[in-house]
Amino acid sequence: MEALRSLGQLVIALSIFSHLSLLAYSSSPQDLQILNAERRIDLTSHIVKVFLTLKVENTGTSPVSEVLLAFPPTQVDHLALLKAAITVGKKKKKSYVPLEVNPTELPDAPNGAKSFSISLLNPLNSGETATLEVLYILTHSLEPFPAEISQSESQLVYYRDSAIILSPYYIKQQTTFIRTPSTRVESFTRVESTNRAGSEIKYGPYKDRPAYSYSPIIVHFENNNAFAVVEELVREVEVSHWGNLQITEHYKLAHAGARHKGIFSRVDYQSRPHAGGVSSFKHLLARLPPRVHSVYYRDEIGNISSSHLRTDYLKSDLEIEPRYPLFGGWKATFVIGYGLPLEDFLFESPDGRRYLNFTFGCPLAETVVDKLTVKVVLPEGSKNPSAVVPFSVEQHLETKYSYLDVAGRTVVVLEKRNVVPEHNSHFQVYYTFNPVFMLAEPLMLVSTFFFVFMASVAYLHIDFSICKSS
Amino acid sequence: MVGKSEPLNGTATAKTGQSPSPSPPPATPMSDLLGNFSFKTLKLKTKQQELLIRVSILCLVYVLAFITRLFSVLRYESMIHEFDPYFNYRTTLYLTEKGFYEFWNWFDSESWYPLGRIIGGTLYPGLMVTAAIIYWALRFLSFAVHIREVCVLTAPFFASNTTIVAYFFGKEIWDTGAGLVAAALIAICPGYISRSVAGSYDNEGVAIFALLLTFYLFVKAVNTGSLAWALGSALGYFYMVSAWGGYIFIINLIPLYVLVLLITGRYSMRLYVAYNCTYILGMLLAMQIRFVGFQHVQSGEHMAAMGVFFLMQVFYFLDYVKHLLSDSKMFQAFLRITVTCAVAVGGVALGVGTASGYISPWTGRFYSLLDPTYAKDHIPIIASVSEHQPTAWSSFMFDFHILLFLFPAGLYFCFKRLSDATIFIVMYGLTSMYFAGVMVRLILVATPAVCLISAIAVSATIKNLTQLARAKDKVSQTGSAKGASSTKGSSKGSIDQSQPFQRNGAFALLFGAFYLLSKYATHCTWVTSEAYSSPSIVLAARGAHGNRVIFDDYREAYFWLRQNTPPDAKVMSWWDYGYQITAMGNRTVIVDNNTWNNTHIATVGRAMSSYEDEAYDIMRSLDVDYVLVVFGGVTGYSSDDINKFLWMVRIGGGVFPVIKEPDYLVNGEYRVDKGAAPKMLNCLMYKLSYYRFGEMTTEYGKPPGYDRARGVEIGNKDIKLEYLEEAFTTSNWIVRIYKVKPPNNRW
Repeated sequence: MEALRSLGQLVIALSIFSHLSLLAYSSSPQDLQILNAERRIDLTSHIVKVFLTLKVENTGTSPVSEVLLAFPPTQVDHLALLKAAITVGKKKKKSYVPLEVNPTELPDAPNGAKSFSISLLNPLNSGETATLEVLYILTHSLEPFPAEISQSESQLVYYRDSAIILSPYYIKQQTTFIRTPSTRVESFTRVESTNRAGSEIKYGPYKDRPAYSYSPIIVHFENNNAFAVVEELVREVEVSHWGNLQITEHYKLAHAGARHKGIFSRVDYQSRPHAGGVSSFKHLLARLPPRVHSVYYRDEIGNISSSHLRTDYLKSDLEIEPRYPLFGGWKATFVIGYGLPLEDFLFESPDGRRYLNFTFGCPLAETVVDKLTVKVVLPEGSKNPSAVVPFSVEQHLETKYSYLDVAGRTVVVLEKRNVVPEHNSHFQVYYTFNPVFMLAEPLMLVSTFFFVFMASVAYLHIDFSICKSS
Repeated sequence: MVGKSEPLNGTATAKTGQSPSPSPPPATPMSDLLGNFSFKTLKLKTKQQELLIRVSILCLVYVLAFITRLFSVLRYESMIHEFDPYFNYRTTLYLTEKGFYEFWNWFDSESWYPLGRIIGGTLYPGLMVTAAIIYWALRFLSFAVHIREVCVLTAPFFASNTTIVAYFFGKEIWDTGAGLVAAALIAICPGYISRSVAGSYDNEGVAIFALLLTFYLFVKAVNTGSLAWALGSALGYFYMVSAWGGYIFIINLIPLYVLVLLITGRYSMRLYVAYNCTYILGMLLAMQIRFVGFQHVQSGEHMAAMGVFFLMQVFYFLDYVKHLLSDSKMFQAFLRITVTCAVAVGGVALGVGTASGYISPWTGRFYSLLDPTYAKDHIPIIASVSEHQPTAWSSFMFDFHILLFLFPAGLYFCFKRLSDATIFIVMYGLTSMYFAGVMVRLILVATPAVCLISAIAVSATIKNLTQLARAKDKVSQTGSAKGASSTKGSSKGSIDQSQPFQRNGAFALLFGAFYLLSKYATHCTWVTSEAYSSPSIVLAARGAHGNRVIFDDYREAYFWLRQNTPPDAKVMSWWDYGYQITAMGNRTVIVDNNTWNNTHIATVGRAMSSYEDEAYDIMRSLDVDYVLVVFGGVTGYSSDDINKFLWMVRIGGGVFPVIKEPDYLVNGEYRVDKGAAPKMLNCLMYKLSYYRFGEMTTEYGKPPGYDRARGVEIGNKDIKLEYLEEAFTTSNWIVRIYKVKPPNNRW
């Protein structure tokens, strides 16, 4: 209730503020207006995906090269990914050209609304229109309510948003569609012209809304999807120039949905799978690259025997089962490790450097990673490492000592928070490496054995001399 | 490691290359060279050949001893087995993470809640320190191994080392042949493998090595009278004391052996030096282990060694007086007086010491060794452990196989060639065989002795047989070669002629011996792979289609505890699972496998055997948050808590007379079905094990609530829990965890 009340206050404050801002900045800064906006919010999993189609028109006199998007501060914190594309060509030959999106500061944004600017390929001249496709992904945006449920109850969650798209521009016409995973919707805020059909709720169409309009809504619905959140994932990619790429992934998995309360009954769970644990999940699917070998799945106390691996020449599917089904709030940690043939991932660039081309994100399907650390362990003796990642990550270098290391191996560490499956794109680590270093460790071993045998030869000779004397 | 024998060959060939070229012309074809490739081409003398073969065999035995213990890793995984090894693993982990001083001063508040346990002062640190040193050494050599791998492979590694010690021991008491056979026998003997497979990270793993080493060095010291060997023996003893409580066996066997030598008139200066040095230095060193400390001079178990030590001084004194007094009559009188005085003084000292409490009496464990029925009557906690039960004949056969028959034969050979060393091995063999009969787990101590004595039998027999076979050969050769042979051959020939078919008989017997030995090898391998390589944490069974079904319930439950309970939660379970819960579940337990406080265990036993409301009060007073029970009714796993329950009742009843065993029995019979005693049907253990089991159909064609472990339909299907609630049950129901509810609000 407290939350609701505060939300109500926020709404009032926002609406007042937006009216004020409307007065103060009646002329939008870039003389743009949105002719038509369509928003589709996909709530079917615990990752919220929003598809936004904007038809932008330049009503000013000068060409505009940037289009702004505004988000309420609560959404910005949970914003995992923001992508924009522009549609080029007519209906039949329609294609999308990705655009660059950068966060910007708008001094006049009300209530701390955060903005992102989309840089257009060609400036939009006066009177021209352009259609933009925006995809953004929100994590941790479904709040379980009730926050604690028992084993047999299904999970209900809140989703909060605005019926009207928050935008720094005047919007002529807009519609919002919200898709829920099932037809069971407990309640939803009704704003004028709200429709619900099956698993879809439609807000709008609304006409002629000024900039920064906001109309908060709450949708309370059933969502029994696996709220699989990896709180921390450390992926270690170890490059061996002898032909192997060894990947070790340390997971800290949690069920981030409504907390489980009271008893866990195995009878109910086993005999009535639908009633006894709908909100829990048991399986996870990891998509691994093809030609994977020596896969293991274990945790601190040993091997976990419940996993299946299916491989074909396009991908490898590893189906893993944690030791126990995960109910809300339950956690599990585990390690997945596998080897890959090096030639699939390591290449030589034209300037003579080598580069590793590997996927960045988490291989588990439909999971959010709160904190992802990718460590690329380069072979001993490699120099000048540099990483190329398609999005912003924190980087630093470390040193790791492994088998028979003297100087230690250079480790490129990449860290990113709030990672969703859409981040599974390739990144590259460039480095220089002299192949002579490959021979260092075998030579060390050979020389050790050589000395051992020399010593035993010497020992045998001494022994013989004693035999002769006796 | 398998290639170890090849390099030896390699070096030998290198040597031929260096040595002046042999007589054949250099144009010899390659095939000829290969055809003639034998020890002769290597220009090795017989002695060198023998050495080469011996070293190769030893290397192979060393490798064999290691790899035969890896079945468990191949069948299951590289993991720690059973119960106690989990504690050892946990302490080793602590040692490697925090260093030795932290380890030595560690007060563990996670076990024996609320008492806690002083780890440094209540364990034998030898195993952990050994593993940690191996780990640090490997890390220093930049091998990035995990400490778990080191712990898993410690026992096989020391088993390999034991074979080398066995070789030298056999060599010392008999000859090199016996040594080699002993090494080979002990490498695969199931009695030893049962405690030293990969993953069985327990004290015994290194202790058997230390035990045999101490004995070997002591026998060597007695044989040579050398102070250096005696010092070595003392150091070996120190290692043994640091590793295992079984050192009591050494400190009693050696004095007994010395006493026997004294009585049989084999007193010598060599013995005097060996024993005194070993005892004094060994004692001083052993007292450095905190768990032993002053017990070594104060407790009853160690008094025999001290008594014999003083007796040695008396003997030495008498020898000295005998040397001074030429009159034998006077000496006889003196002897009588001295011996009487010595015995009297010794007796009085012992009496006064015991009466004043300076010398502590024998512990229950020691009594239970001397009197197999003692534990059953007085210390149920010792009797409740399955490995403390008297040994069945079948397990002797299982663990020793042909050694059981070779053992008496070996004793015969030992008596035939009596020496200080053979007397020792005979005494070791006989005493340890007795103890092996008293307790199943002590088969382990008897194994080296049995292997050594059997090795003597095998070696001596085969040697005799081959001599006979070869002598016959020679005779026939000499017959044809016209008297080129020596008189030895002809004398043998004359014996041969008195026994016809001797050569054939010898061959037949040799064949028989090899057949038996090969059967032994097959048996050992089979036993190792089938019986002794199961980690007991993970259970495996055959499914309906012949596929392997894994029951990993224990780890499922422990991992659940580790991840989903508050970090300070206290778990109550029967003491068997204590070490595993602390090591794998990382939670505080009330009691664990270090059964040092009988009352505390009895309290848990009492809680388990009381009604729920009474148990709730006990659990509240112990701050228990979770109760863990092991239940095999769904899978048919028979070593569950219901089958152990009578011991809980007995142990609980031993301290709290409220708990009476007859209340749980019906006409002296233990049952869980409808005919069970009412107290049984309503006690906490029954309720927790069978909660909601009545709704479950376990087997086709059987009523719901059919207990597969005991083969009956349970008697109480309508179980309501008032003070506890089910928190977690594993997928095969083997482990069930209940949460103790907080007390109700009064208003």
